[in-house]
Order: sequence, then structure tokens, then C-alpha cells
Amino acid sequence: MTPFETDMAHLLAGSMVLVSFLLLYQDRMFALLNIFALHAWVLAFSVGWQAYLQHAPHLFITALIALVFKGVFIPVALHRIVVRLGIHRTIDTVVSAGPTMLFGMALVALSIVVMLPVTEAAGAFVREDLAFALSIVLLGLLMMVTRRNAVSQVIGFMSLENGLVLAATGARGMPLVVEISVAFSVLIAFIVIGIFLFRIRERFDSVDVRALDMSRGESA
Amino acid sequence: MIQDWQTQLVQLVLVLVLAPLLSGVTRKIKSRLLRRRGPSVFQPYRDILKLIRKETVIADNASWLFRTTPYVIFATTWLAAALIPTFAAGLAFSAAADVIVIVALLGTARFFLALAGLDIGTSFGGIGSSREMMFASLAEPAMLLVVFTVSLFAGSTQLSSISAHMTGPAVGLNISLALALVALVIVAIAENARIPVDNPATHLELTMVHEAMILEYSGRHLALIEAAASMKLLLYVSLVACIFTPWGTTVAGSDALAYFIGLGAYALKLLAFGFALVLFETAIAKMRVFRVPEFLSVALMLGLLGAILLFISRVP
Repeated sequence: MTPFETDMAHLLAGSMVLVSFLLLYQDRMFALLNIFALHAWVLAFSVGWQAYLQHAPHLFITALIALVFKGVFIPVALHRIVVRLGIHRTIDTVVSAGPTMLFGMALVALSIVVMLPVTEAAGAFVREDLAFALSIVLLGLLMMVTRRNAVSQVIGFMSLENGLVLAATGARGMPLVVEISVAFSVLIAFIVIGIFLFRIRERFDSVDVRALDMSRGESA
Repeated sequence: MIQDWQTQLVQLVLVLVLAPLLSGVTRKIKSRLLRRRGPSVFQPYRDILKLIRKETVIADNASWLFRTTPYVIFATTWLAAALIPTFAAGLAFSAAADVIVIVALLGTARFFLALAGLDIGTSFGGIGSSREMMFASLAEPAMLLVVFTVSLFAGSTQLSSISAHMTGPAVGLNISLALALVALVIVAIAENARIPVDNPATHLELTMVHEAMILEYSGRHLALIEAAASMKLLLYVSLVACIFTPWGTTVAGSDALAYFIGLGAYALKLLAFGFALVLFETAIAKMRVFRVPEFLSVALMLGLLGAILLFISRVP
């Protein structure tokens, strides 16, 4: 690989971490959905670039799945759900942006510290990719923890899954069957969550997940 | 050795002479973008000359601090601007002063300006100083993180070595450098009181920061502060140009022609960055004061992320 090709792959994977931070920072609904679409687009480009580098045509299919499903279909569907639920003007944050960012930064540092010694045997390129992927996964988890709104939590979950796809493309030899089944399981999870959102809303008149805590009798 | 001193001397004069012109050009471009005719590009020179000739009025309860501050600000900013290799590397001072010194000099200027704002005891000065310090507490660490990222990348804190390293063949696309660039631009916008943070063209009390601190200054004191402010803009533009677009800068020990090419390249860079700045300013609205810390914390975050990601990058 020429230095330019490596740099480009590095830049794309690094941009995904950056977009994950944008997701954490953004608290308005529609902007959040747009940034999630951007996350999926960067993922698609990253995977496509890897496919070109590794001469692995099946990765192009993965990139296409990411682009069509996560880059277009899911954001548009979530957009419509948000409009139908009438929550497009709500702003939700449990912790304010600053501390969340700092915590996210600590998670990125943690994933680098954990990943680099563990993958000593692998090539430098795979190690970087895995460190990026782990930080995206952790940032997705952080987003699910810090948000109250169920839609934002769904986006956290989806961005986490983007990180998994990135990890899978970095580690060579993930079969296409696995990729497709992962993609479809996410789609099914999305449908289930979509139905759930309406159920939560029907029962509690809100998609604020604190309502669920109350029904379990955990907090008044 | 003699050439180094000559370059340094030209540089000292150049930043002093060119700074008001840069302000004038940005104002002119901005006016044209807003379909106004705008003042001549030489208007800042006329303003400064007029202010120097005018009488200086000082508040009764102003202390020596208030009177010395303009000179301190002017001197530190001028020195800091002269330390950046703008058109040629190999400045005489560059062995003694690296980029951390520049940050420290700017910090000194800010410290004295905030003190002077408090000194005369008007409420506007106090508001300005407190806001300036609020922004500075985020902008300065962000700036230092950018400096650390770039220095780790280039293996030196000397601006001339960083600049030389960046022109080298080993440097390619790098996510850390991209993050550092964005962070530095955000810091530069905040430090120069440009639009999303502060409006340099108004005297609206509730929104201004920089203008509130210098409200009581007049005459030659104000002239010095205005000159220092335009020099600060030049400094930040030159810093971005020197680190991220070092092409065309003259290498130490070249012939006369290379120096002319360096000057021409520098003028082009100033024009390009000035235009980009004005374009950004025209497209965006001013923020609420309490949104600014969020804006600056983005710079802080980008700088930190850039420094962290450097550890898993291919550092040439």
C-alpha cells in the first residue's frame, strides 16, 4: 500500500470517530438524524476504500448496504417517525455537552490503550482500524447512556453497529453471509424498535424512557 | 548570520506595515459582499494616524496600569507577530523563541488588557474583562493542544522546523492535522473577536467583549491598541499559513529572487485567508455570549482528539 492509500483509510476511519462526537454533541432531533446519515456515509466510503485496498469485491456490497440502508433508508424512516410522534422540537440531554465530550475523549483514549497492546501481532493498519472501531462502539454506548429520548437511543445503537462493521472490514476475512445477516438483523431491530416507539408513546404519552422506570416502580 | 538579522528586520517592519492593510482589505471585501462600497483599503492607516494626533483623555481614577497597558499590548503583539516565519524561514529570533513563547506573549497581552478593563472601574470594562477571561480559559488550552499536536507531529516546537517538516515529502493526509487546523481556526476567530464570537464593527454594549474593555481609551493609546488588534489578526493568519500551507516560503540562505517569491506567496496566502474569513463571517450570525464557551469547547475537544489520535497515526 502506498502512504496515500493508508492515509486515506486512516482519515476516513478517523472521521467516523469525529462524527460520533458530533452525534454526542448534537441535541436537536433532525440535526441528529442528518449527522447519523453522515456517519453511515462516511462508513460506506471507509468500507468502499477498504474493499479497493484489499481487492475484496464483497466489501463493496457491505458498503452499498451501509449506504442504502443506514445512509438513506433508516434516517428517512426515523425522520418520518419523529414527525409522526411530534417530538421534532424536543431537546434532550441528561448530561450537558461538555462533560459528555470529555467522557467520550476518555473512552477514545481507553480504547487506544486497550487495543494497541492486545493486537501487537497484527499489522499497524489493522491495529489502528480496530482502535477506531472500538472507540466508535464505546461512543455509541455512551450516547445510549446519556440520552433520555428513545429515538436518540436508537441512533446511539445504530452508530454502535457502524463501529462493528468498521471493525469487521478491518479484520480481513469476514464472510459476506455474516455481513448480510448483520445488516438485516439491524434492519429488523430497527423495525422492532420502531414499533416499540409507538407502543411506548401509546401507553405513556411520551418517548421519554423515564416513564418506563416509573412504571416499574423504580423512582417516583 | 547577517542574512538572518536582515530577514528578521524586514519581518518586523513587514508585520507592522502590513497589518492595517489586511484589516482594510477584509473590511473592503466584506462591504463588497454585502453590496456596499465600503471604505478604502487604506482607511485603517488613516484611522490610526488620526488617533495618534488626537488628544488623549484619561479617566481621573485611572492608575499607571491603564497608561502602560497599550504599550505592553503593542510590544508583545508585535514581538509575537515577528516570531512567525511569514515569508522566509531563518529568522534571527527563531532559535530563542518557539511557538509556546508566542502563546505566552499573547497571554500576557490579554492579561494586561483585562486588567486595564477593570482598572478604571466602569461596569462595561468589568463585563468585557470577565467575558474575555471566560473565553480565554477555553481558547488558550485549545491553542496549546493544537501546538502540542503539531509539535508532536513535526518533532519540534520551532515554527521554522515545523514549517520545513510540513513541506517535506513524508507528510500526507492526516486526521490529527485536519483536527488541529479546524481547532486553530476556531481559536483564531475567537481571539480576534470576529463574527460568531464578537462583532468588531459594533458598539452594542450587551454583546461586545473586546470593545468593552477598550471603551475608555482614546488618542494615541487607542491607536496602539487598534494597531495591535490588526497585528493579532495578521499573526493568526500567518500562523495558519506557516503551519498548514508552508509552500513558497523562502528557505534560509537563498538568493534575492527566492525572497521575492516568498513575499509574493505570503501576499497571496494573506489574501486567500482574508477572503475565506470574510466569506465565513458573512454567512454566519453572531452567537449568544453564553453559546461561545460551547463553540470554544469544540476547539478544545478537536485539539485533544487530534493529540490522542496522533498515537495511532503513521507519523513520518
